[in-house]
Amino acid sequence: MSRLQTTLLPPLLAVLFAALLCSIALLISGDNPGAALAVMVTQLGAGTTAVDVINTGAVYYIAGLAVAVGFKMKLFNIGVEGQFRIAACVAAIVGGLLPLPPVLHVIVILLTGMLVGMLWALVPALLRAYRGVSEVISTIMLNAVATGVIAWLISPAAFGFVQGNNISTPPIAPTGHFPGIDLGPSGTIFGMVFVAALLGVGYWFLLGRTRFGFELTASGESPTAATAGGVEARRMVLIAMLMSGAVAGLIGLPEVLGREHAYTLVAPQGYGFTGIAIALLGRNHPAGIAVGALLWAFLDKSALALDNIGVPREIVLIMQGVIVLSVVVAYEIVRRYAMAAEQRRVAAELRAQQQPVAEGAAT
Amino acid sequence: MTDTAEPDAPYAVELAGITKRFPGVVANRDISLRVRQGEVHALCGENGAGKSTLMKILYGQLRPDEGTIAVNGEPVVFRSPADAIRVGIGMVHQHFMLADNLTIAENVLLGAERRLGIGAKAKAEIARLAATVGLDDDPDTLVEHLGVADRQRCEIIKVLYRGARIVILDEPTAVLVPQEVEDLFETIRGMQAEGYTFLFISHKLDEVRAIADSITVIRRGTYVGTADPREVTTRKLAEMMVGSELPSPQTRESTVTDREVLRIEGLQLAGEGAPLLDGIDLVVHAGEVLGIAGVEGNGQTELVETIMGIRRATAGRIVLGHGDRARDITKATTLERREAGIGYIPEDRSRHALLASQPLWANRVLGHQTRPPVARRRLIGLINRAAARKDTQRIVEEFDVRTPGVDVPAAALSGGNQQKLVIGRELSGDPVLLIAAHPTRGVDVGAQAGIWDELRAARHRGLAVLLISADLDELIGLSDTIKVMLRGRLVADADPATVTPEQLGAAMTGADGPEEGAA
Repeated sequence: MSRLQTTLLPPLLAVLFAALLCSIALLISGDNPGAALAVMVTQLGAGTTAVDVINTGAVYYIAGLAVAVGFKMKLFNIGVEGQFRIAACVAAIVGGLLPLPPVLHVIVILLTGMLVGMLWALVPALLRAYRGVSEVISTIMLNAVATGVIAWLISPAAFGFVQGNNISTPPIAPTGHFPGIDLGPSGTIFGMVFVAALLGVGYWFLLGRTRFGFELTASGESPTAATAGGVEARRMVLIAMLMSGAVAGLIGLPEVLGREHAYTLVAPQGYGFTGIAIALLGRNHPAGIAVGALLWAFLDKSALALDNIGVPREIVLIMQGVIVLSVVVAYEIVRRYAMAAEQRRVAAELRAQQQPVAEGAAT
Repeated sequence: MTDTAEPDAPYAVELAGITKRFPGVVANRDISLRVRQGEVHALCGENGAGKSTLMKILYGQLRPDEGTIAVNGEPVVFRSPADAIRVGIGMVHQHFMLADNLTIAENVLLGAERRLGIGAKAKAEIARLAATVGLDDDPDTLVEHLGVADRQRCEIIKVLYRGARIVILDEPTAVLVPQEVEDLFETIRGMQAEGYTFLFISHKLDEVRAIADSITVIRRGTYVGTADPREVTTRKLAEMMVGSELPSPQTRESTVTDREVLRIEGLQLAGEGAPLLDGIDLVVHAGEVLGIAGVEGNGQTELVETIMGIRRATAGRIVLGHGDRARDITKATTLERREAGIGYIPEDRSRHALLASQPLWANRVLGHQTRPPVARRRLIGLINRAAARKDTQRIVEEFDVRTPGVDVPAAALSGGNQQKLVIGRELSGDPVLLIAAHPTRGVDVGAQAGIWDELRAARHRGLAVLLISADLDELIGLSDTIKVMLRGRLVADADPATVTPEQLGAAMTGADGPEEGAA
């Protein structure tokens, strides 16, 4: 089995399996799975759906990358959710309050987001590195804390700005808007889509080509071997967690900079958790995460069309859930099978080329 | 022999022709083991000899590739430890598996509630068993308040409660102080009188001789022999364990120079209780192989890890180089020490030397990630993958690593080829000092000879080598100087040209007085 096959087979199997399961669910409830799929695909051409998929895909992509940085080091940063929300909120406040020239204004907002995300990840990082506290627990708790802090930050008593019956952070001046590509009635592609793509390239370069990436991968694979090889495990935990937080700080910004121009009370939630699913699906590989993010966004956005033919849109949730579960199982099965096959292959090739070896001393 | 069973009674345990292969290594090769009913049978062998594998097979944790198991004369096939427990086999692991926040009784009952429930009947049974194993504490005491010896007794009660009549004790004395060892032996003798059978795994030969009724020795996965403790000497046992045939004679012209490469002064490493390292002084010169002999667990691992900076010395100095170029590395990081020219072959290849699922070339990078050729010279912080591949190819050719290519994952190679790769890597980048811990452990005979040749060649080029080995053949064959380590201290020196394995074995086990004073 080639390397390409072992990489591509599991997610493909998982998606097919999920589709199969959803079809069965639809058949049981008396709907036509073929029609459901057709209407979802046609929906892509309708209105702003295609652009929405790309925009949401970019958000999911950044979320997937944020989670994947932690996964590489075997860190489970569930706190991407809290980190992204508080970062988006504080970045929007800073952007709304500071009058700055164009470009610089956007850069300041982006950097603020990354910094705040990083700071929100700092506490779990320190606890994990120096006290061995599970980052799963500490980040989950900080998610709850973030919810509370955000509620206070956007209350009228603090930085809140009441507009009709919605509360938001002070609106960001046009100098702080990230221009997108206007496609007229099809919608506007966020400029941040390109930032997300750049992040992906940066992630690929950092992990695959640099000493830092090597040390991160080594520590994730075997902390003991990494230590013996001169990698400082604590430092790697700190850096990986902070990087994960910094990337997480960007997740909310495509919407803040490209559409809302403020962080509102009803700002979307859950991107951090979606990121976990997407990183799993994409196997922490930048290209895999991209495919996963687009697939997820497609399922989310096209699901709206299912209502038109009377199919419950929740079928998409089932599909997403099954994909995540089965992809994890499929990767593990294929990994074991591939490793055993590799060992057999090496052994077979060696037997073929091996000349009789002189027997050594004692057995 | 204190044989309480009738002469024709079936063996309590009979293993015949057990073979177990793991990818690239045969852990057990055609091993047979017979344990009489009511005896204490010791299983001896160095770490990695295959003791644990054999016991895991007997306890149902692993399934043998070949061979049969019979318990009390009945052939059995174990699919899981539950099957082993059902026929009355229990295992007390070296590392206790107790919940600190539960009481003794709760720990015993956990998972065995169905036998007698959790009420008065169970309590009475636990009290009875506590008396059997000599545990004085109230069964309602929290385990976190127990000392090590009492925890061990609690573990024994656990297996007895589940109906074990044959108890496997995995290195039970490793965690005990001498007085506790005596107490444990008292308990074992008492239980033996009640008809329990014990399988006692250890490499501490004096203890084995003190407690066992018969001793089986295995070495490198094969059965060496069975001995009667009343007839065999500790020296003879040590010889059986580590081998005594000296390797084929070799040109032993000395390449030792007077240029110091490593100087260690008064090295201390505190442990819980007794220090793990106590006042270690040693000097390794360029072109010298300094061998450290010793039964495992006497501080060799700690010494190596302290020199590598993985553990921090409590006191003492480590100096690399001599004269003007001497550098105190006592406080340096592991990476700084590696960059200063220390190569390191860890004793546990799979845990400390290799990234199993990464390709060979990525494994070449490990430990060298800051140095050319694998790190780019001009662009700091970047890895040169092409150069890493090329240099890995060089290692594959020079060190005869049998592999179809440098892109296969390390785990696909056999143990010997993995080790050759590790040695090739550690000899890359012109090291001045090589720390080799059990460099031929778990490798086949052909690879072993190759590795010895590489180490000799490196010594000839002026490399200083600190060699830790439990294999006396290897130690005597390669070393220019031998020091014996016992309980964290260097207790004796030996000249490899004149010392016999018997003398070394005796000094290692502390069986007799020191062989020779400090030379």
